[in-house]
Amino acid sequence: MFGILIRRGMAGCLVVLGVTTLTFLLLRLAPGDPALRLLGPTATPAQVAALHHAMGFDDPVPTQYARWLGSMARGDWGESIATGRRVRDMLADAWPATFGLVLVSLILSYGLGLLVGSVQTARAGSRLDTILSVTSVTLFAVPGYWLALMLVAVFTYEARLLPAFGAAGLDADLLRPLGRVLDTIRHAILPLATLTLIGAGGAARFVRGTMFDVARLPFVTTARAKGLRESRILRHHVLRNALIPILTLLGLSVPTLFSGAVFVEAVFAWPGVGRVLVEAVQARDYPVVMGATMVSAVLVVIGNVLADVIASAVDPRIRHRAGRA
Amino acid sequence: MVRNRRGAFGATVLLLAVAFAVSAPFVTNGRPAAQGDIVATRFLPPLSTDPSGAFHLLGTDRFGRDLWTRLVYGARISLSVSALAVLLSTLIGVLVGATAGYATGALSLVLLGVTDFALAVPRVVLLLLLAAMWRPSAALVVIVLGVTGWMTIARLVHGEVRGLAARAFVEGAVASGARPARILWRHILPNALTPVIVAATLGVGNAITLEAGLSFLGVGVQPPAPSWGNMIASGRDTLVNAWWVATMPGIALVLVVVACTLLGDALNKDH
Repeated sequence: MFGILIRRGMAGCLVVLGVTTLTFLLLRLAPGDPALRLLGPTATPAQVAALHHAMGFDDPVPTQYARWLGSMARGDWGESIATGRRVRDMLADAWPATFGLVLVSLILSYGLGLLVGSVQTARAGSRLDTILSVTSVTLFAVPGYWLALMLVAVFTYEARLLPAFGAAGLDADLLRPLGRVLDTIRHAILPLATLTLIGAGGAARFVRGTMFDVARLPFVTTARAKGLRESRILRHHVLRNALIPILTLLGLSVPTLFSGAVFVEAVFAWPGVGRVLVEAVQARDYPVVMGATMVSAVLVVIGNVLADVIASAVDPRIRHRAGRA
Repeated sequence: MVRNRRGAFGATVLLLAVAFAVSAPFVTNGRPAAQGDIVATRFLPPLSTDPSGAFHLLGTDRFGRDLWTRLVYGARISLSVSALAVLLSTLIGVLVGATAGYATGALSLVLLGVTDFALAVPRVVLLLLLAAMWRPSAALVVIVLGVTGWMTIARLVHGEVRGLAARAFVEGAVASGARPARILWRHILPNALTPVIVAATLGVGNAITLEAGLSFLGVGVQPPAPSWGNMIASGRDTLVNAWWVATMPGIALVLVVVACTLLGDALNKDH
């Protein structure tokens, strides 16, 4: 158990290192100069060269990379070229918003997906099954940013029920603690609903498929032959055995959800890592892009490692195999 | 090949979409970027007629451009960009997967390692970086989607080739003195094709969504050229007074992606 955690953790660190190296190279290879952006169109070549020197851009790329790695290891993530803020502070402010959004929608969408998938397995071939299948295929196909816009159109512009901008109202600082919590919840409903609905479509499809496969196995026939009630067979025999691939998918869907979060954050101006990343990429803000990429890579890797660990905790066979290897 | 009803529905929708896209000049007014009398023709709701007597099936946008025309011309861009991107990623995926599956030793391990690494990279981060760093264009979107989407296919092909390489007919080919490249190309790959086709079909749906996403963020296909993504983006600011501008391209997109999923599922079951 512990061995798996360490092995997967080390592989995860390698991935993060690889991603940051790749990002660094891409940034340096790409056209576009942050110094020019900062100085504006009237800058003289001498000024640009001076700023390049000050930012260390005139060194060879490997030297720059080594310097970045070194300062990163010392906990110095650099400063934003565009805003002058410390990158670590920007991301420390941003990551809880993204993490919360992704985590809550992951739980909600898999809860919903398990429920819908189980109902479909219990009522296989019925009209309800068909309706739910069509719904989940459609949700699976809907792009997050579009669903977000549609929800805004209905709940913000038409019904005037829910806010669609940011994570807190303009008056949030004036509210009592309870009011502030309610305010945050109100702001989170639409982004969460968007991510959850999309996630649930994919989850329900997968749960149904997996449970159908398990329901065909001999031990289910045995359970039925010895006279168990259908509900018990479904819960104790089918669902339990279907859980392992479902848990694996749960971990693998963290990157997808994170991608969705980037778009959803863009629509709702949700103050998370995705928004920081999109703005930094557009502004050629190298240090912020590097920091945001690293944080997102770490979040994704943690999701994958957790899925492996949970899967091996649930399934003794995986634990056994990994222990021997 | 396609036996069930859902698969037939998917195939029909896709064929219709392609047919409309190909015959765009004949089924629309032919001028997706044309701006007439903007004040008189902007934000007309669906099924309305403008002062000049032109009928607008899906209404008009803020420049008075006919949405149906833009939607159909947008389909040309969105569909061809996605199809080309999937073609590229399938090519890379088959190449990497087949080599890794048939080769032994270091080469195979390196290729598998690269695939696993690429799978673990958050795709949207890479997409954003690649797309935002260079001048946005349709060709760039094809390349960016292509080089970030080949891993699942490589994994699939690798598994299939591994399984097939141990079969008797491959041993027969080896015994009769065929070169490895020929064995791979003529004997193994044709047998590994069906799962690749399924994955590619599902991949097209995925690519359409991602293309639209990039264009939505402004790093994909650039206006005034219409793509479903930048149409949704342009409707975003006018959602409050003209809901149809963002809604219509979204519905088209969902329909086509659902069609890809249903067709992919049907092909998979037949397999």
